[in-house]
Amino acid sequence: MIVFESVTKRYPGGTVAVDHLDLEAPKGRITVLVGPSGCGKTTSLRMVNRMVEPTSGRVLIDGADTAASPPAALRRGIGYVIQHSGLLPHRTVLDNIATVPLLLGTDRRRARSRAMELLERVGLTPALAKRYPAQLSGGQQQRVGVARALAADPPVMLMDEPFSAVDPVVREQLQNEFLRLQEELGKTIVFVTHDIDEAIKLGDRIAVLRVGGRLAQVASPAELLARPVDAFVAAFVGRDRGYRALGFAAVSSLPFEREETVRLGEALATARDRLNGGWVLVVDAEDRPQGWLSEDGARLAAQETVTEDALNLGGTLATEDGSLRELLDAALSSPSGRGVVTDGEGRLLGSISPSTAVRLIEERSSAPAGAPGTGEEA
Amino acid sequence: MIAALGRIPAQGGQSPPGLLGYFSAHRTEVLHWLWWHAWLSVLPVLIGLVVSLPLGYLASRRRWAYPALVSVSGLLYTIPSLALFVAMPSILGTKILDPVNVVVALSIYTVALLARVVADGLGAVPEDVAQAATAMGYTPLQRLAKVDLPLAVPVITAGLRVAVVANVSLVAIAATIGVPELGQLFTNGFQLSSTGPYYPPIVLGIVLCVVLALVLDLVIVLVNRALTPWRRTEAHR
Repeated sequence: MIVFESVTKRYPGGTVAVDHLDLEAPKGRITVLVGPSGCGKTTSLRMVNRMVEPTSGRVLIDGADTAASPPAALRRGIGYVIQHSGLLPHRTVLDNIATVPLLLGTDRRRARSRAMELLERVGLTPALAKRYPAQLSGGQQQRVGVARALAADPPVMLMDEPFSAVDPVVREQLQNEFLRLQEELGKTIVFVTHDIDEAIKLGDRIAVLRVGGRLAQVASPAELLARPVDAFVAAFVGRDRGYRALGFAAVSSLPFEREETVRLGEALATARDRLNGGWVLVVDAEDRPQGWLSEDGARLAAQETVTEDALNLGGTLATEDGSLRELLDAALSSPSGRGVVTDGEGRLLGSISPSTAVRLIEERSSAPAGAPGTGEEA
Repeated sequence: MIAALGRIPAQGGQSPPGLLGYFSAHRTEVLHWLWWHAWLSVLPVLIGLVVSLPLGYLASRRRWAYPALVSVSGLLYTIPSLALFVAMPSILGTKILDPVNVVVALSIYTVALLARVVADGLGAVPEDVAQAATAMGYTPLQRLAKVDLPLAVPVITAGLRVAVVANVSLVAIAATIGVPELGQLFTNGFQLSSTGPYYPPIVLGIVLCVVLALVLDLVIVLVNRALTPWRRTEAHR
């Protein structure tokens, strides 16, 4: 566990970057520091590994005051990932990953074989091992940065906007893989971002900081969305927080309806017979939904059978054990007005109408506080 | 001068010897001068580099040191080299003909040039790389040796190329104080021209100086390539 005890950073000239910060980052969890620029989130992060020294107050890691260990030794025990990877341009990918083990005195061969393992663990091919950082894409560089931070297996990781310099598609991949890795590794992580969506997606706990380095609120993502403590937090969390909060509301026992389907390759005549409200759901041989076929689509199709190019792919899918947000989105985005629900394997279970989704949301609102989905306090 | 070079062999036996004739007649001493010239050009660069590394490091780390370094090195460079050669014996207590005078004087010029280059090279390490290296637990000295210096190599070798070529030409001036090097050819050529223009020693001196400068420059380019394998890959990613 990382504990900030009334930590203040005041620069010569009087600027206060962090003002009496009291915060706990629980063991094995992701604690996100989020806030507008100038809120001291990066400064706070850097006081953990003494890249910045607090003016007053203490930072403790598992009860030990960080000020008591020599900075270099302290830092070798803390993983660190930054925005532009910060890879050493003159070292190969493999040697970059092996940096901290080598600093700790691990022999070169062991350090390299460990680095090789990590390279694969973060989803990179071993063929990249001998490349230099400049030969990698931004996303690959960030993966190497994560592998490097993990190389010495530190219990604590500090991450400073690690995914904000890559494009949105790569960012989402990296975030998902980061969550998967964290599930396996259970590191104590402090994560800095200015992006509230990223904070909500990744954080077990979120600390919102305001300009001047004062803590505004610490809460689970669901609680932050449901009960922002003041106008600043409410504004920072954003307008559509009601809708986003549904992302944390788990769905149980879905009242879905049976949906008539037609398989790819079946005759169009069959499809026309099964039209319901002008639309029929098309599935593949394993019963996985492929898209909707409209009355017009069935009439205008070039072939005599149901083919993929005649399908409307507009609707999103909700999974049986997903969130209310997913369910409502599936219902709202479906061209037929019926949201498609699948099981964990992607097979069709049935459909649900927007009104049913809204009814589920209403039932949830009237349920007592502490209902499913309030996050880690449960 | 090129025209003269073409004409000389045609003048044949009765005239004084041409370029090649002059060279074969003075082979031993010319090669001796060439060797000394090379040595006097390279040694000050090596000494200058060793002195410049700590000075440049200091200037890249301490805010007050950099402007001081720039002014002092600029001033040093304005001292005429001949004056410096002549002043050396009284500063060092050496004899006027001692080659040490030249080595020390040229080392001073090299430091004046390189210390600033080293400071710029160390200062040009990207901020995120420097931060990440510190955050991974490099001590300041480890970071200097394993991160900052290797990354500053291209900048430093660019400065070395200028320094070594400048030294090749500055060494030639030391002939006027009697140090044996290729500058002797210019002195000889000047003396032999008292009755009429005689160019072969002068042209030979220029050619050998240029060849020496090119060879030393090439050596530095090759060393730079060997030390920076990562830079060759950037072009074809």
